[in-house]
Order: sequence, then C-alpha cells, then structure tokens
Amino acid sequence: MKEKAVLELHGIVKSFPGVRALQSVDFTLREGEIHALMGENGAGKSTLIKVITGVYEKDGGEILLKGIDGPASIHSPQDAQNSGISTVYQEITLCPNLSVAENMFIGRTKGLATNWRKMNQDADKILKSLDIPAKATQQLGTCSLAVQQMVAIARAVDMECKVLILDEPTSSLDDSEVKKLFGLMRDLKAKGVGIIFVTHFLDQVYEVCDRITVLRDGKLVGEYEIKDLPRVQLVSKMLGKELDDLSDIKGEPKEEEENANEVPVLEAHQLQSNAGIKPFDFYIKKGEVNGFTGLLGSGRSECVRAIFGADHVIGGSVKKNGKDVKIRKPLDAMKNGIAYLPEDRKIDGIVGDLSVRENIILAAQVLRGFFRPFSKAKTYEIADEYIKLLNIKTASADTPIKSLSGGNQQKVILARWLLMHPEYLILDEPTRGIDVGTKVEIQKLVLKLAGEGMSVTFISSETDEMLRTCSRLVVMRDRKVVGELKGDELSQSNIMKTIAGHEEEKGGESVE
Amino acid sequence: MSKKKFNFDKQLLIPIAALVALVLFNLIVDPSFFKVTLGTNSSGNPVLNGYLITILDYGSELAILAIGMTLVTAASGGQDISVGAAIAISGSVILKVLCGSNTRPETLQAPIIVAFLVACVVSMLFGAFNGVLVAYFKIQPMVATLILFTAGRSIGAWINNNELPVISDESFTYFGGYIPGIPIPTPFLIAAVCVIVIMLVLKFTTLGLYTQSVGINGSSSRLNGINPEFVKFLTFVILGLCVAVTGLIKVSRLSTINYSVIAKDIEMDAILAVALGGNSLGGGKFNMMASVLGAYVIQFLTTTLYKMEVSASALPAYKAIVVILLVVLSTPVVRKKLDKLKRKLFAKKEVA
Repeated sequence: MKEKAVLELHGIVKSFPGVRALQSVDFTLREGEIHALMGENGAGKSTLIKVITGVYEKDGGEILLKGIDGPASIHSPQDAQNSGISTVYQEITLCPNLSVAENMFIGRTKGLATNWRKMNQDADKILKSLDIPAKATQQLGTCSLAVQQMVAIARAVDMECKVLILDEPTSSLDDSEVKKLFGLMRDLKAKGVGIIFVTHFLDQVYEVCDRITVLRDGKLVGEYEIKDLPRVQLVSKMLGKELDDLSDIKGEPKEEEENANEVPVLEAHQLQSNAGIKPFDFYIKKGEVNGFTGLLGSGRSECVRAIFGADHVIGGSVKKNGKDVKIRKPLDAMKNGIAYLPEDRKIDGIVGDLSVRENIILAAQVLRGFFRPFSKAKTYEIADEYIKLLNIKTASADTPIKSLSGGNQQKVILARWLLMHPEYLILDEPTRGIDVGTKVEIQKLVLKLAGEGMSVTFISSETDEMLRTCSRLVVMRDRKVVGELKGDELSQSNIMKTIAGHEEEKGGESVE
Repeated sequence: MSKKKFNFDKQLLIPIAALVALVLFNLIVDPSFFKVTLGTNSSGNPVLNGYLITILDYGSELAILAIGMTLVTAASGGQDISVGAAIAISGSVILKVLCGSNTRPETLQAPIIVAFLVACVVSMLFGAFNGVLVAYFKIQPMVATLILFTAGRSIGAWINNNELPVISDESFTYFGGYIPGIPIPTPFLIAAVCVIVIMLVLKFTTLGLYTQSVGINGSSSRLNGINPEFVKFLTFVILGLCVAVTGLIKVSRLSTINYSVIAKDIEMDAILAVALGGNSLGGGKFNMMASVLGAYVIQFLTTTLYKMEVSASALPAYKAIVVILLVVLSTPVVRKKLDKLKRKLFAKKEVA
C-alpha cells in the first residue's frame, strides 16, 4: 500500500445488466484528508461507494485497507462497518419513529439487555460535542431534515471509523448548517480520519477538500491536488468537454417586456394551504420563467404545492387565463394544463418498480381517462421519443425506473410532464442531486420551453441557477412572501438582502 | 431501444415450474392420474371423469378468487382474509332469494339470475365495506378484513334464520356441475369467462397501471392525478364480485349450504395462488395469468395429495410443506443464489 493510505482500490470492475458501471477504477484515500469524488450522474460514484461499503459485490479488482494484510473481503455493509468504514447517505436511512439515541446506537448494542440511561447519556454527550441541536430522547422524525442528517453523521463518527463516506450530505442543508458540518469534517480530518466526500456543489469541494478524484462513464479520469485543478478544468474534466455550453446559458439575454394589459396564465389571490404558509399572491405570464427563492423551509415548495392542489387548499382563489378555476386536487390542476415536478423525486416522483415507459406515460394516461388507455405500441413510441429527446440513459424502455441513476430518473419525470404538453410547468428543485451536465441541459430546456410560450416556475436552492434562468423571483422568508425581484434588481446580493430582511418591512420598499 | 414483439413474462415460469414438478411426480408415481374418461352422471348427461377434470373443476373457484385477490394485493399491499366468510354470505343470499320464506320449495321463488345479481350487489357492498376500512380509514388489509372474517359466517346463517334451505330444482345444479350436453365442468367455463373479462378490462382500461402505481408509490400516484383511495376501494369491490361468482358455484354444488364449512380456508389458497404466481404480497407489480395459473397449481397439489390418500385432516400440513418449498424457492434471495449457481456452472462448462 502507498504511504499513509487508509483505503486503496485497484482495478474495481462492476457491471449491471446492460451497463458497465465501473471499468477498472483505482482510488486511494489517505489518512487525514478530505477527498472529493466527482462525476456526472452515471459516472459511477454511487456504484463505487456501494462497492466500498459492501452493498454491491464487485466483479473484479481488490480493496486494500490499512492494518489488514492482503485484499480485504467486504461482502456486506456489516463487514464494511467492522473494518472501520462508515457511510452517511444522501437520503437519510434512519428510523424516524425511534428516538435520536436509539438511532445512533441501533444495531450496535451488545447482548439483549440495553442500558437505556447510559445510552441516552452517551448520545447526549456526542450530540453536545458535535454541537447538534437535538436531544437524545427526542423522536428523530420531529427533528428538521438537517438535524436528522447530522445525527446520521454523528452515528457514523461514533463508530470509530477510519474511513468516513459522505454521500451528498449537504444537499438538504442550508449555509449555516453546511458550515457546521464542515467544522465537523475538519475536526475528524485532524484526528486522522480519511473522508470521502461526494457532492455536486463545486464551492464546497474547494472549501474543504484536499484532493479530487474524477470519474466519467465508469472510468477513472484522474486524481488531482485541489490547488492544481481550477474549477473550470474540473467541470470540463467531469463533462469531458469544453465549457462552451455553460457560458452559452449565462449569456442568454432576459427579455422581459412589461405588458401591463396581458392577462396572466395563472393568477392566485390570497392562496393558502394547510401546510402552514401564509396566504400569498402570485401570477405568471405566458412564456415567463419565474421562481420562488428563500432559505430551506421558507415555504417555496408549499406555495407551488398549493397552486397544484397537492396540499389541501384552505383559502384564496385562482384564475386561469382570467377565468376562475377551482383546484382541489392534482387532477384538477392537470386538467387546467398545470404540471408539477415535485421536490422529492423518490417519494413523490418515481413509481419505482414500474418501467421507464410506464413512468413516462403515467400523467398523460391519467389525463386521457380510465377507459382510454394508450395502446402498448403507442406507449413504446412515446417512450422512445422522449428517451431520445431528453437523452435519457437507460438500457431499454422496459427497465424499471428505480435502476436508473438520479439524474436520469429526474429526466423521466420531466418527460412525464412534458408529454402532457402543459401550459404552465412547475419545477421544484429539478436539478437537486444532479450533475453539472444534466443541470445545464435542464436549464436550457426550461428556457427553450419558455421561448415556445410555456410558462415555467423554477425553484432551486442554488441562487445562481435561478438568476440564470428566471426573469422574476418571488422571495420568501418564514413561510411568507417578502418581496419580488425583477429585471435589474436580480442579483445575488439583492436576493440575500431580501431574504435576510435587513430593513423593517414596509410593503415592497425593502426590495431596494 | 430493443422492442420485443413477443413479451414472455419470466414471472410465469414460477407456476409453470411448479406445475411441471407436480406433473412429473404424478407420472412417476402413477401415470393413471392423467387418465380422462367420458362417462355419464346420475342424470344421464355425458361428463368427463378423472383427476385432471377434478383439478379444472375445483381449481376454477380458486382462479376466480385469485383474480380479485391479485388486484387487492397489488393496490393495497395486503390481502383480504374474509373471502371464505363472504362466500357464506353470498351463498346464503342466493338461497334466500331462490327459496323465499319456504326452506324447501317445490319450485324456485325467483329466477336464478335475479338471485345471482342480488348476491353480486350484496357481496360488492361487503367488499366496499372492507374497501372503505382499508382505503379511507387506512387500516391494514388483514386487520380490516378480520372483522368480516369473524362475522361473515354468522351473518350468512342469520340471513336464513340459521336454517338450511335445500333447492330441488335441477337447473340450479348446472353452475357447480354440468350443463346437459356439455361434458366440461361448468365452473371451468365460468372461470374462463371471468379470466377473459378481466383480461379485456386490463386491456381496455387503465386498471392495471393504476393498481400497480398505487401499490408501488401512493404519494406519487396522487400527484399524477390518480385517486389512490378510490383505486384501493375499487379493487375490494371487484373482489366482492369474484366472491359472488364463487358463492354461486359453491351453493350450486350442494344445492344447499353449510355456513361453518362452506369455502373454509379458501382465502388462504387464494392468497397462495397469488404468491405462487410470483406476485409480491407487498403489492405493486402483478401478473394476472400467473395468479390464475397459480390457483390451478394449488388445486393440482391438493388433488395429488388426496389421491395419495392423505387423510383430509392431515392435508393442510402436507400442503404447507410443499407451499413453503415453492414460495421460498421463488423469493428474490433464493433466486439470486440460484442465478449465481447457474452462472458458475455455465462458466465451468465454458472453461472445460
């Protein structure tokens, strides 16, 4: 093994039916370093992680661990854990109906008897030392998503690990929480833990990481010191092409001519749902791209869910093209030409066991009605068309959607709604957990659709993405609309100011 | 993108493999098992006799129930354990309508079709009762249907004041026996019609897509405009209809009813048929033909055991062993292991 290495992978090979997910990949993790694993969707990051953690059996290659002679045999997550490899996944895999302490110690108590008091005390100690705002006896489900994520890390950290794998841990955290997490990571680094950090946020990579390994299409592109690899080069290495595509979008002019008399495609007045948002007003015009922005939990998603009828609407009115409409449930919204790509792809988006084809036609089929199913041939025709159009990487139209990578799943859901030919498309975090290349593709698509006359509401946690695509932003804070920015007002600093609300709110003045 | 014209579902292999195993077993033990003869029954009609015919006859009841059970399983991720008790109710209703106030009428008090339709309505209402509990009150299907499982047979007895009406009209025996001139048992014909109907429904409506989608991801289905509660409710009502059909066959066989024995434990066989068809009992994707085939395989097994002169009381134990074997073999865990074994064997052959 190389000097100071805690984990070494040599020539790892893994195939799935129709896909060669990893083709002879090497990877080295050293003591006390934070090592970013980067790549597009389908590059093989997740597969590599799952091989290391024993979720998948590798088809070839070997894994070397510090302190173990010869190749380590990791055949199950338990093996990995016993060898000192801990993982925190993107999606929280804890049990929400157990207490925080139980979640931290689950599966790790020896024997049948449990000393509850000691367990709770230990848990509290760890939580305190990591500055996590949760109590040991609190039910995990009552904590915010961010805190749940941190509990998952606390659990991993407490298991005396030599290798800590963080798979997209920050995708649901806000800035201050990310800072806290980074502090935690640096502490662990100082203690000599090797950390593998998988993320899509470039800023975060350059903030905490020492080294970067880039994968593309299941192959190793290279390992780099962070100081030797400027951002632009990293992106181009991940994409395997130069950056013209990215600059293309940035240069897009935002033509926004005020047409005061134009009737909005959709207009909501004092709309309110049971999800806890304050009544809000909203409108969108034909061919416009606007967005809701605000911190995590500010009510962005709840607003669009109210418009789509996904949450129970308890007040307010909605006008479609100037006519009053009642939207009580998603089907009402769909009948009015509104489509909604939900925030949580796994829970609200995909129908896991169904094929890509069935997932694509689902919404359009529901709209057609119970007694008018598409013929099988027609569904294949549609699926093939959209797989080509959105460049979805799948073995076939009959592949279950759950076996696709995250980005490709998202494209399938997007295809589902595009097939409906909506007048108004709501995209809630369409680029979350998705690689740079697909992000750009989706942003481009949004602008193209708007150019063709579709109205789009675009929600994203990344403000620069919003600035690139939206011509008007509704700013939210604490489940309330606190301002609106458009034209020249659109800038990072203005958004921050409005979100932070430095001045006392006096109607719309705070926008300046 | 590959487009297969002929799409053979691998899932069908499971019941087919079980069937082949049973056939081979019987061929070895006693090939006369497969003998089918043409004879006449007591009323002088030509009928086919033989173990195979028995399987087609009695397996048909299961097949009809398996249709409804498959849909319920797919949409709700649980099973209805009240079908046996519900059959007691529907059978009782049919007898009540046919007999009127007299328990042993000389002539039928109402046309059979009317009695059947009334039973359909009643069974669907009880199905709806289960459906409401499961879909709208979100009670686990097994727990929700436990209510009717417990009460059903008493309700059946109560409908006829706990008396046992007997029908003497011969035309009533056709449904569970033979129609004059047709040597094939009528239940098989009825099952065939049911299968054809459900296949047409699956082809010409989106019932299949909806039930699977709801069973896999209810939240996502709702956001796609499907009403998950109604879909679940609907599957229970459809199962109610299947119960009514089976109830007709059951009471027609005896021309009377025994409330505590009729269709006893049939729910377990129906659920097993679904499982044997390789369908996940946790809901989601299903293959209707596999379930139907599964039903006949279960009956094949039962009949084989009867022929081996296993006593009626010991039968369930033998059946359980075989069923455990079949179901365990079809679980993903074992299948993965078998796949690996297969690959290893093939690899060795190539090397050799």
